[in-house]
Amino acid sequence: MSFIKKSPWMFHYDGSSCNGCDIEVLACLMPMYDIERFGVINTGNPKHSDILLITGSINRQNEDVVKTLYGQMGNPKVVIAIGTCAASGGIFAECYNILGGVNTTIPVDLYVPGCAARPEAIIDGVIQALDILEEKQKQRKKGKVTK
Amino acid sequence: MTWITFLIIFPLLPACLVLLFKSVSIQKWVVIIASALICIGSVCLALTCTQAEAQYFRVTPDIVNKLVATGDITLALVFLYVCRHLPLKRYWIPLLVVVQYGAVVWYDLSGRVPETTHCLFVDNLSVIMALVIGIVGPLITVYTIGYMEKYHEEHPEVPDRRDQFLSAIFLFFSAMYGIIFSNNITWIYFFWEITTFCSFIMIGYPQTEEAVHNSFLALWMLLLGGLGFAAAILYASSVCGTVDLRQLLTMKKSVVLLPVLLICFAGLNKAAQFPFAKWLLGAMVAPTPSSALLHSSTMVKAGVYIVLRCAPVLHGTAAGAMVALIGGLSFLAGSALAISQRDGKRVLAYSTIGNLGLIILCAGIGSHLTLWAAVLLIIFHAPAKALMFLCVGTVEQQTGSRDIEDMNGLISRMPLLTIVMLIGLAGMFLAPFGMLISKWVVLEVLARKNPVLPMIVIFGGELMLFFYVKWMGKLVAVTGPQPQQGEGIGIEWSALGGLAVLTVLVCGLFPFVGIYLIEPMYGCDPMLSRQAIRAVAIMLGLMLLLPLGFFIPRKDLVHVDLYLSGANVTDPHKFMDSMGTARDCSFKNYYINKYFSEEKLFPGALVGSIVLLILMFSMEKL
Amino acid sequence: MNTVFYTTIGYILLAPFVGGLLMGLDRIVTARMQSRVGPPVLQPFYDVFKLFGKDKLTVNQFHNYYLVCFFIFILVSGSMFFAGNDLLMVIFAFIVADVLLILAAYSTNSPYSSIGAERELLQMLSAEPMILLSAVGLYMVTGSFKVSAIVSCEKPLIVYLPGVFLGLTYVLTIKLRKSPFDLSTSHHAHQELVKGITTEFAGPALAVIEIVHWYETILLLGMIYLFFAFNPVLGVVVVVFVYFLEVLVDNTNARIKWELMLKSAWMVTIIVGGGNLFVLYYVLRL
Repeated sequence: MSFIKKSPWMFHYDGSSCNGCDIEVLACLMPMYDIERFGVINTGNPKHSDILLITGSINRQNEDVVKTLYGQMGNPKVVIAIGTCAASGGIFAECYNILGGVNTTIPVDLYVPGCAARPEAIIDGVIQALDILEEKQKQRKKGKVTK
Repeated sequence: MTWITFLIIFPLLPACLVLLFKSVSIQKWVVIIASALICIGSVCLALTCTQAEAQYFRVTPDIVNKLVATGDITLALVFLYVCRHLPLKRYWIPLLVVVQYGAVVWYDLSGRVPETTHCLFVDNLSVIMALVIGIVGPLITVYTIGYMEKYHEEHPEVPDRRDQFLSAIFLFFSAMYGIIFSNNITWIYFFWEITTFCSFIMIGYPQTEEAVHNSFLALWMLLLGGLGFAAAILYASSVCGTVDLRQLLTMKKSVVLLPVLLICFAGLNKAAQFPFAKWLLGAMVAPTPSSALLHSSTMVKAGVYIVLRCAPVLHGTAAGAMVALIGGLSFLAGSALAISQRDGKRVLAYSTIGNLGLIILCAGIGSHLTLWAAVLLIIFHAPAKALMFLCVGTVEQQTGSRDIEDMNGLISRMPLLTIVMLIGLAGMFLAPFGMLISKWVVLEVLARKNPVLPMIVIFGGELMLFFYVKWMGKLVAVTGPQPQQGEGIGIEWSALGGLAVLTVLVCGLFPFVGIYLIEPMYGCDPMLSRQAIRAVAIMLGLMLLLPLGFFIPRKDLVHVDLYLSGANVTDPHKFMDSMGTARDCSFKNYYINKYFSEEKLFPGALVGSIVLLILMFSMEKL
Repeated sequence: MNTVFYTTIGYILLAPFVGGLLMGLDRIVTARMQSRVGPPVLQPFYDVFKLFGKDKLTVNQFHNYYLVCFFIFILVSGSMFFAGNDLLMVIFAFIVADVLLILAAYSTNSPYSSIGAERELLQMLSAEPMILLSAVGLYMVTGSFKVSAIVSCEKPLIVYLPGVFLGLTYVLTIKLRKSPFDLSTSHHAHQELVKGITTEFAGPALAVIEIVHWYETILLLGMIYLFFAFNPVLGVVVVVFVYFLEVLVDNTNARIKWELMLKSAWMVTIIVGGGNLFVLYYVLRL
């Protein structure tokens, strides 16, 4: 058993979005869904976290920020793109300043669809990410550092 | 006896030699050899004269007393001479000189001052003081040579009178030894005023308007103390019928309390306690070695020494409690005021006032256990404070600033000097180094007293912790690869290294100091149980061993940039602001000027201490 | 000597278990107070073990080492306490440990950590006087600074020192960094300054801070216990109750500004703590 499955700390970044998914992410922490049941803590700092939740699409201005934040997370780490915008740019895809989904900038491990993504779906995504995290941890122990 | 005379008279020789030989290299050797001899002399004195009972020495009184009287007159004339150009029309300065010397000399010449046969003495307190003066002092002197060299390169506008400066330092040593070995208060008074004169010379050294102003400020404040001393002599000779310190201290308290209080007044004044704190702050304009000297081993220590001497009389009196409260007030106010200061030297100055306040507090209570703590404080304070001053002086010379904010990341720029500085800082407030051991003893002792005193010590100690930790924090900040700045390489290192070793060593040796030097004087201290010593030893060992871990190379670390909300630019300490321009990230300490600024606290402390002083004298009959 | 040895070892080995469990319970109780389910009781242990398995991220190669020293000094402080050593020494070692944590944060030269460090300093400035004062109070009643002597004192200390006990409970919130005094760093979703003093510590370094927090908590609760040492059962009950109170306060109060923290803590120290000592000294003539 890997402890990383029992204690995934998440860090939430909001790109170009309508804030809908954003609010749903926060709803996960509320008593109704209580994602802390799974040991999840919402940290404000990439250095403390294992899961990067990104809502919204990537634009030219936040591209560097997302890269920096991703780089500042310690391995093993997982990126979850939440909502349509994070997956493909969504409704903003054609805007002059939008690069597209999160995968245009950093590797994404998991997509949670929806506009806005429902809290149940987000929690489901986080739980599925745990297996990926564990896998990455195993590979890391074998000496294969995943970047 | 030989060593005592040697220590008092010998420093006069180099004092004259440096005045005679203007060549810098000769001066350098004179200073080094003389410093070494003074140091050896003090250690030899400690080895030969340490015993439970004080030894008193007969001095053929006539000639020497005449010499002292002549010295008094000369000194008075010198004081009047320096007052010929008074800034700010301070006409009360010559008046102070005329009044006190007029009275003392007149009493002396008219034979009203009773004869004392045993004018010199030595006991363990003198030995401890001699060691403090004779070890810390010469190190500072050696540092002075290198420092003054650079000082004059950097300040071409200051006339080069370093021969006078060095001479003043040695004269200072002589006077300090005079104070601690004299058993005759007229003698002490004579040496007392010499130290006043020397500090006047040192403070006024740069000859700038500010320096001259501050030197005269120091002069009149210190002469005020001298006036108290003179009054004590007059009262002692006319009412008590003796100027013998030993006899005075063993007389009935009701008779002797007033002269003792007058002497304490002079002591408080010299120790820069509130309300006299201002002169010590003004003294910061002088070159750093003089600050180090005034603050650590000499001058202010003469003040606490004399109060400590008088402590048996103060014990259990209301006036003594007032002395303790003045010390407590200075401790609190000094520590609080230091929080709002950015200038490294000023922080140190306030912390000196605070620490001396703590010593005075102990002396004012005057029980054996508090005196124990006071002596420990004197011992521990000297090397750490001297070290800090010299480090700040070196930093100022190398970087051109002594602002604490400018010391941010000093460990990246001047690693060695910073390590030495950290030792000094740790010595000032961190367990298990000296000052904290003393504070621990003080608290253990004071817990048996009125709760006001422990509360003063606790709050003052916490305030002190606050400003020292934030300073330390600035030093240890790692700012990444930066251009290395020169580190005052040269003769200064011997002083810095010596003091750093000394700071650590005195903590390791403190049980021995306790057993061999303090215990015979004040009796056994139950606090120093083996368990406590073991705890100190464990912590000291950790403090010495743990820093070695910093040198263990770490391969498994993954370097990342600072967290700057993801807006980092290529440089780890820069970030992109909302307008898209790169900005440096920097952070300044809290100074909490809202509560701890000088404007807010200083007047209050002044008024409070003056009230306490008045109470002190009015409670003389209680 | 033997008992001293065993209590020291016992503290070093058991304190993290008890402390960790207490944190786990804390999180569950907190969750229930917010009508949530909350994580498993063992969650703090999972967190720490996970953190040990993560990358050792550092800003520079020195700052993590301060935490090692921080850890060792907390061990020294706690061991001295449970070995019955001098209470003042214990507190001083505790202060040294805290100073090392602050230096670690300063050493990163990061703005968030630095503000956290500065606030931690303010928290120390607010809380330590009361802690030292309670040592003085305990001395006034028992006549000794030794923890062993205080524990074996027959007198019901709480009767003599109610004010000091209240004061200590007040500053306990500051020392445990719980709301409303979680200025330097916090444990909740409403994080302060991206977790203030711990901003730049990641992975194992963060785990060390967490473990030290367990040790710290046990040590501080030990100090609370001293007031009820005359009756061990009552003592444990009170300690548990006080901790519950801390959780309750934590959940019902918003974070306050440092000025209010400093003022209120000093006020409590002087009026409640100091007042208690004055009564002892002048009225009871102890």
